Amino acid sequence: MTELAIETHGLVKVFGKERAVDGVDLAIERGGIHGFLGPNGAGKTTCIRMLATLLRPDAGTATVLGHDIIRAADEVRSLVSLTGQFASVDGDLTGRENLRLIGRLFGYSGPQASHRADELLGAFGLEDAAERQVKKYSGGMRRRIDIAASIVVTPELLFLDEPTTGLDPRSRNEVWDIIRAMVSTGTTVMLTTQYLDEADQLADRISVIDRGKIIAEGTSSELKASVGSGSLHVRVMDRSDRAAAKAILERELGVDVVESVDPQALTAAVEASGPVTRALTALEGARIELAQFSLGQPTLDEVFLALTGHPAEDSDSDEEAAA
Amino acid sequence: MSATTETETALAKESKALQTSAIVSALASTPRPQRPGPLSTSLTFGWRALLKIKHVPEQLFDVTAFPIIMTLMFTVLFGGALAGSTQDYVQFFLPGIMVQSLIMITMYTGHTLRTDIEKGVFDRFRSLPIWRPSALVGMLLGDTVRFTIAAIVTAVVGLFLGWRPGGGFPGVALGVLLILVFAFSLGWIWTFLSLLLRSANSIMGVAMLIITPLTFGSNIFVDPSTMPGWLQAWVEVNPVSHLVTTVRDLMGGAPVGSSLPLTLLWSVGLVAVFGTLTMWKYRDPR
Repeated sequence: MTELAIETHGLVKVFGKERAVDGVDLAIERGGIHGFLGPNGAGKTTCIRMLATLLRPDAGTATVLGHDIIRAADEVRSLVSLTGQFASVDGDLTGRENLRLIGRLFGYSGPQASHRADELLGAFGLEDAAERQVKKYSGGMRRRIDIAASIVVTPELLFLDEPTTGLDPRSRNEVWDIIRAMVSTGTTVMLTTQYLDEADQLADRISVIDRGKIIAEGTSSELKASVGSGSLHVRVMDRSDRAAAKAILERELGVDVVESVDPQALTAAVEASGPVTRALTALEGARIELAQFSLGQPTLDEVFLALTGHPAEDSDSDEEAAA
Repeated sequence: MSATTETETALAKESKALQTSAIVSALASTPRPQRPGPLSTSLTFGWRALLKIKHVPEQLFDVTAFPIIMTLMFTVLFGGALAGSTQDYVQFFLPGIMVQSLIMITMYTGHTLRTDIEKGVFDRFRSLPIWRPSALVGMLLGDTVRFTIAAIVTAVVGLFLGWRPGGGFPGVALGVLLILVFAFSLGWIWTFLSLLLRSANSIMGVAMLIITPLTFGSNIFVDPSTMPGWLQAWVEVNPVSHLVTTVRDLMGGAPVGSSLPLTLLWSVGLVAVFGTLTMWKYRDPR
């Protein structure tokens, strides 16, 4: 079984006048976690929904685990699972009933489905909430039952659409643990996220998508390396000093200095630490007080900015779900 | 603010720590079961509909209150004027009002489906390797239970008002069965509409536009012989008229005529046309 987990050529989906997915080519190997990173409205969800056979592409071809998503949609459905951006479990039913329902639909007998439901409720720490309606669950619990529902029958490929959006940090870490546990058993996970640290933490390889097109692909380190070896972050104490500080840094470092969304912060790509020391001394000489400075690897945020020309968290674009 | 934090904490206590090792073993330990057939998956979805009735019993309000109000209102209001007495009118009217009530209730199917689609749970169903129509068939089967309750309620109210069906229990039961078959078939119009239109409210609006001529433009309330010619022509072809005639004959213990095969033919036709349209739209419902 050497075929790729996902292979697409020129995948296109048009909603009205908007090309939500505009010629996506992917070649994703089996095993591990593949991150699909992009801001809201970039086309991540639309792409995933096509691959999970929920939407029909307007152009292009795609195979999932060697099966064509249109001609062999049924085979694809039997091998993949999808956990959507919105809870894809029935809020009126209890956690246990939801899992039993999915079990029965996969062909388990009544007792087998019950057994499987209890096994999963235990593994996901939900046995005490088993008899409660899912709509009364907390956000973190709802995510757990949602993921549990996706693995009632172990999928070969699992699509997770923004699995941690709206979760508190503790629940987010739990979801990350679940995802890592699943990958350790050989399941391939394709994860969409608009959080750069999430892709950084989890994904083996990352495809960056913006306005329906893949604009970069590689490991997190490769993407970072494409922007430069390191970056200097400076936060001035008084925001009125920022313009002056920017001028000094640009003079000393000889590179472009970028003003971040934070009105006190500046960022610059640097190759060596020598000029940095001189630049900081020059700032002190100009009596510009610094709240904070650091030198490190570029963040994915900077990568995104460098690749697209606009920041990743700039999420004022239309909600993707409306598409 | 503090109240929500407290509930969150209470919930967090209830959700125990994750057992990552157990998740790993749960993933490893699944023999893939035999793929179930269309009937099995449809019945499973029917079971889901029953579970929803169990958890949200309010949804039975429409199937109980609506038939009571309709039956009482029309019999008491019009009975005297139309047939001389309430007692006489109810003999003629009850099978018709049962049809009317059930047909009105069917449109909630579309409403429910649209809500389901918006909540995202249909994405899960659509991504399963099962016979595709089963989620919808199951939903309509579950609704049959609600329709049956409505039929029983109507019959009981009728008996209180003096309805004495000549066909006895078997006749009434057969009549109800025929209405259920027709209601199931009609349901496919609403499933199609709910995939076509984007809001639950617009579905109800369009459904009313379809249901009003179907029910009021029929022989439910009065004998069509006093109607103008063009209206009689419509009543003649209206499938609801055939249904009402058959149900009246069955419940009244009279021999059934050509209206029975016509009703069944209409039912098959509705499923064939709107079932196909629904499934075509179901591939890409947004």
